[in-house]
Amino acid sequence: MISAVPGVSVFDDWFANFWVVLVVKAAAVLVFFLVAPLLVGYMEHKVLAHMQARLGPMYAGRFHGWAQLVADGAKFIQKEDVIPAAADRWVFSLAPAVALIPYIVLFVVVPFSNTIYAENLDIGIFFVMAIGSVNVIGVLMAGWSSANKFSLIGALRAAAQLIAYELPLVLAAASVVMQAGTLSLIGITEAQDRYWFVLTQPIGFLIFMVASLAELTRPPFDMPIADSEIIFGAYTEYTGLKFAFFLLTEYGGIVALSSIASILFLGGYRGFLGIPDPLWMAAKIGALSFVVIWLRATYPRLREDQLQRFSWLALIPLALLQILVVGFVKVAVG
Amino acid sequence: MSETSSRLDLEHVDPDEVREETMIINMGPQHPSTHGVLRLLLELDGENVVSCQPIVGYLHTGIEKNCEYRTWQQGVAYVTRADYLAPFFNELGYCLAAERLLGIEAPPRAQVLRVLFCEMNRIASHLVWPATTGMELGAISMMLYGFREREVILDVFEAATGLRMNHSYFRIGGVIMDLPPDGPAQIREFLRVMPGRIREYERILSENPIWLERNRGVGHLSADRALAFGVTGPMLRAAGVARDVRKDEPYCGYETYEFGVPTASEGDCYARYLVRVEEMKQSLGIVEQCLDRLAEPGPVMVEDPKLRWPAQLEVGPDGIGNSPAYVRHIMEESMEALIHHFKMVTEGISVPAGEVYQPVESPRGELGYYLVSDGGHRPYRVKIRDPSFVNLQAVPAMLEGALVADAIAVIASVDPVMGGVDR
Repeated sequence: MISAVPGVSVFDDWFANFWVVLVVKAAAVLVFFLVAPLLVGYMEHKVLAHMQARLGPMYAGRFHGWAQLVADGAKFIQKEDVIPAAADRWVFSLAPAVALIPYIVLFVVVPFSNTIYAENLDIGIFFVMAIGSVNVIGVLMAGWSSANKFSLIGALRAAAQLIAYELPLVLAAASVVMQAGTLSLIGITEAQDRYWFVLTQPIGFLIFMVASLAELTRPPFDMPIADSEIIFGAYTEYTGLKFAFFLLTEYGGIVALSSIASILFLGGYRGFLGIPDPLWMAAKIGALSFVVIWLRATYPRLREDQLQRFSWLALIPLALLQILVVGFVKVAVG
Repeated sequence: MSETSSRLDLEHVDPDEVREETMIINMGPQHPSTHGVLRLLLELDGENVVSCQPIVGYLHTGIEKNCEYRTWQQGVAYVTRADYLAPFFNELGYCLAAERLLGIEAPPRAQVLRVLFCEMNRIASHLVWPATTGMELGAISMMLYGFREREVILDVFEAATGLRMNHSYFRIGGVIMDLPPDGPAQIREFLRVMPGRIREYERILSENPIWLERNRGVGHLSADRALAFGVTGPMLRAAGVARDVRKDEPYCGYETYEFGVPTASEGDCYARYLVRVEEMKQSLGIVEQCLDRLAEPGPVMVEDPKLRWPAQLEVGPDGIGNSPAYVRHIMEESMEALIHHFKMVTEGISVPAGEVYQPVESPRGELGYYLVSDGGHRPYRVKIRDPSFVNLQAVPAMLEGALVADAIAVIASVDPVMGGVDR
């Protein structure tokens, strides 16, 4: 069934008509995006629960609460869609979509094997970095339009955080690109045929993971939504489906950045033991998502100024150093 | 109000003028981390706190005033609801004060039981502290661990008093009944498990770099300022002053127990954390000593029938109640017993005229009961000096030059219980 021609997407192989391929690809990406975050969300429920000496969801769907997030989704749909009287209605309504769509689009370039992907862009990683940072505009819009002081503080924190952490993220990715010699995600994966880049660039990997957490505003970098300080940051005024979109953005973001991290540093879909490539990719995404959840159970929240200091004084110099080392080695060896 | 609103002149606003203004934010009374219904009026310049005004009164229940309209014995059931995380301490303060007016003392076994329950209660209260603080600083696991261990203590309380909170277990003249037969074994099991659990918390928090970043040097309060504000308890001891009512003005025979008064010198949120963890360990030691002393049986209530509660109570399925045997006794067997019961329950005891101030060391500091009697069947005045209320005064001082996130850490380090603050 699956095409045996490496470098050609199965979707292009199966369907000849351009429009059919387009629709099928869009549908495939959307379905993946709607399923994977639910799995990660469920994993967070259960992993966090067991780390905290409790059970987590147990009833929905009868078997260990597997349908909890489906039930949550059904609940969110039923909720009243409240827009505050003082809110900027259009901006307020658009914000969840602006936050969510970039992460959907991002999966267009994520390969699950050398044939299972939607598009193989030559500027793959550049595209990922560019589209990934659009998300914060949605958060800013949400915070500004809510007409709520807590939302505004949360949005500004999110923006400051993005500026501080986009840089180390890009720098860490850049040093991988330098070593691989290509921007294409499949190219980067194939460049790791002998060893994973995490072996040559362990610091880069750590920087990338930390910066990803900060981009996702996941604990310990969740000040933009710090519920104990600013209620729920930019999302304070959101209810129902709009709020659900923001939640989906968060879990979609975990999947997205785990995918990118596994492609850049863990050899993407490349594996061994004869296990099919897509399973390797899924396993790596799952493992990194687990780490993201694990950190939430372990660490308290940093303070806004400490977060900034950490980025500018630790992560960025280290990332620059990493680039320097890769550059030297590249010139010396190659 | 005037101090905080002076920077905002809303009546003369020119829309074209470019202005820099501070943001007034109401944190609370409904807010995820204000420990109930504390309201903080914060003036923010970006993330910086310019000024802070704690506003209290949202949980006012009129406990002090209500006590004036109830008999002396009924007061216990009111005051136990003031600082609801430390119910035994409120009961103890009230009972000790009333006993001093009466010139009586509870039997030795009752004193040991009082110490035992107070120290268990101190541990339970100190467990809520890292639990809520953990939640507020984002260490949500700590919240569940804290409440998990507190649950074990509450189980002990429930077995002994019928209730998990608001026990009304201490009464004027002693305690309402002895420990259940399996009580000591239950407590020993807790003593066996708990030290390991405390080590677990220390492993999670003490060396956690983010926990250190968030607490060290935050909310500093020097010993001088703490004393000037009347701050007591772990907050004062964290500033280096070894003030502890149990040592300085012993009651219930605390002078005969071996325990240390942990102090720290830094006076910041982290020092308060260290002091509280150490206090839990000391309390475990005191509980152990209490259990050893409980080996000898004895009365738990004074013998004087004009003072002791007439009913024999026991823990039933729905809390404490009159035992069926006693109900049969007064209803079917003895008219005199019924008359006595009726007089004691409706009229109550009379307490000689006078006034007394009795402090006890609650988990939050010096909890004082000032009782005035005019010689009647009801208190003339009940005044509670609640440590949460006094300690909250120091919050603006601790927030000088702080950030919003520090406000949360500082409030958490005060460990206020609004039930006690507003009474």
